Amino acid sequence: MSEKVMQKRKWQMTIALIIIIAITYLSAAITKFNFIDGLVAFPEAIGWMFSNLLITQESLEKLPTILDKLVETIFMSIAATTTAAVVSIFLGIMGSKTTSINGFLSTFARFIASVSRNIPVVAWALILLLSFGQNSLTGYLALFVGTVGFLTRAFIESIDEASHSAVEALTATGATYFHIVNKAVIPQSLPQMISWILFMIETNIRSATLVGILTGTGIGYTFDMYYKSMNYNVVALVTFSIVIAVIIIELMSNYIRKVIM
Amino acid sequence: MALLQIARLSKSYDNETKVLKDISFSVKAGEFVSIIGPSGAGKSTLLRCVNQMVPISSGEVIFDNAPVTQLKKRALRQLRTNIGMVFQHYNLVPRLTVIENVLHGRLGYKTTLQGIMSRFTEKEKEQAFYLLRKLGIEEHAYKRCDQLSGGQQQRVGIARALIQGPKLVLCDEPIASLDPNSSKIIMDHLKSITSELGITCLVNLHQVEVAQQYSDRIIGLNQGEVVFDGTNYQLTEEKTNRIYGTEMRELITV
Repeated sequence: MSEKVMQKRKWQMTIALIIIIAITYLSAAITKFNFIDGLVAFPEAIGWMFSNLLITQESLEKLPTILDKLVETIFMSIAATTTAAVVSIFLGIMGSKTTSINGFLSTFARFIASVSRNIPVVAWALILLLSFGQNSLTGYLALFVGTVGFLTRAFIESIDEASHSAVEALTATGATYFHIVNKAVIPQSLPQMISWILFMIETNIRSATLVGILTGTGIGYTFDMYYKSMNYNVVALVTFSIVIAVIIIELMSNYIRKVIM
Repeated sequence: MALLQIARLSKSYDNETKVLKDISFSVKAGEFVSIIGPSGAGKSTLLRCVNQMVPISSGEVIFDNAPVTQLKKRALRQLRTNIGMVFQHYNLVPRLTVIENVLHGRLGYKTTLQGIMSRFTEKEKEQAFYLLRKLGIEEHAYKRCDQLSGGQQQRVGIARALIQGPKLVLCDEPIASLDPNSSKIIMDHLKSITSELGITCLVNLHQVEVAQQYSDRIIGLNQGEVVFDGTNYQLTEEKTNRIYGTEMRELITV
């Protein structure tokens, strides 16, 4: 590379940096967000967190009810994810170029995936809240719909990536469509699919908390209740138990991934 | 009577550029035929037109007295059971065991339910092990295919094609991803398919020397046209240059 090109690169980098700084400054000015004020408020906010969000002896008494709700939330997330996975496998097989039966079904599957994925879970929860009311079914459905969208997309990619060549070979032997799906596509892409399902269970446990706040179910509701009654010690305990639960689930799914891959 | 007859076959993927132009030749039962030519000459497409893996644009393909181009679903699957196929990238299911992959070759003879339930007969399983023994990979039968070397995987591919009980085996660049040693083993096995089992072989090859050494007959393809069709000793230097184009040829030999 000649020196001139290097020089040019340097200039480009500098200009890009200046543009980024300018954009940041402009957006802050437009939204009337003051960096200095934000930074000044920081130590105070941290201080508040440490003094109020403490898990006390008193709040620990609430632990059994919290755990009860937490378990409920975890199971709801798992149920929503696994049932969504079943639907997504069919949509994924239809949507994938390697295994699609016809163009219409393929577009249909991709359309469903796209719609349910691009509306955020929170929006789904609020929409479903109007029609299904405030109960755990609403929370379940919100997670279910979002998961179908994401998993279908992921499955389509897993199938396309994993099994194109084997599909060609089995077609050449005269195998039927169901043979091919069953003997080549599923065995080859199953680990990838399970990995996505585990990822989605983790994500859904996190989302379930938020969805719970909106739909009044599970651990989210517990959080909301204590938050609104300003019982911050219990709020801290709820948050802490959610974090622990998510970490445990993550460790478990990492282990499962290692075994199946 | 020829086993395979191709008459005035043309193929284009986008209706503008023709990948294959007006190709006619026939293959007798028990022949070992190589198709040579530079990359992009249409070798792979030609092979896939034989078992309708790609639909042809015009012309006729007659295999074992059946008009391949007119066959639909069920009849086409039945025809495909008589044609084995070996691929450059082996096209196995890497996560499944060797024996499972070999038995995939029998799926064409099964109903959907039988296939999904893996209802293979004792005879089929014995046949699978017999083939693995013949190809020298019996001890790997229960290993996953992704644990095997390229040459071994290709032998699994050959076993899968042979267990179909085919009349014709199509080989799409079977040695293009292999080292010289494994290539020789694979070519020897393919040759013995014809010489011992009497199964016709149609092989796409890159290497002229390999084609000359193994085949009864060579078909040269350049830009979708047959530019040579004859026995291996008829393939002179001059004719090879015509297939590959002179410059290309120099590049390879230097």
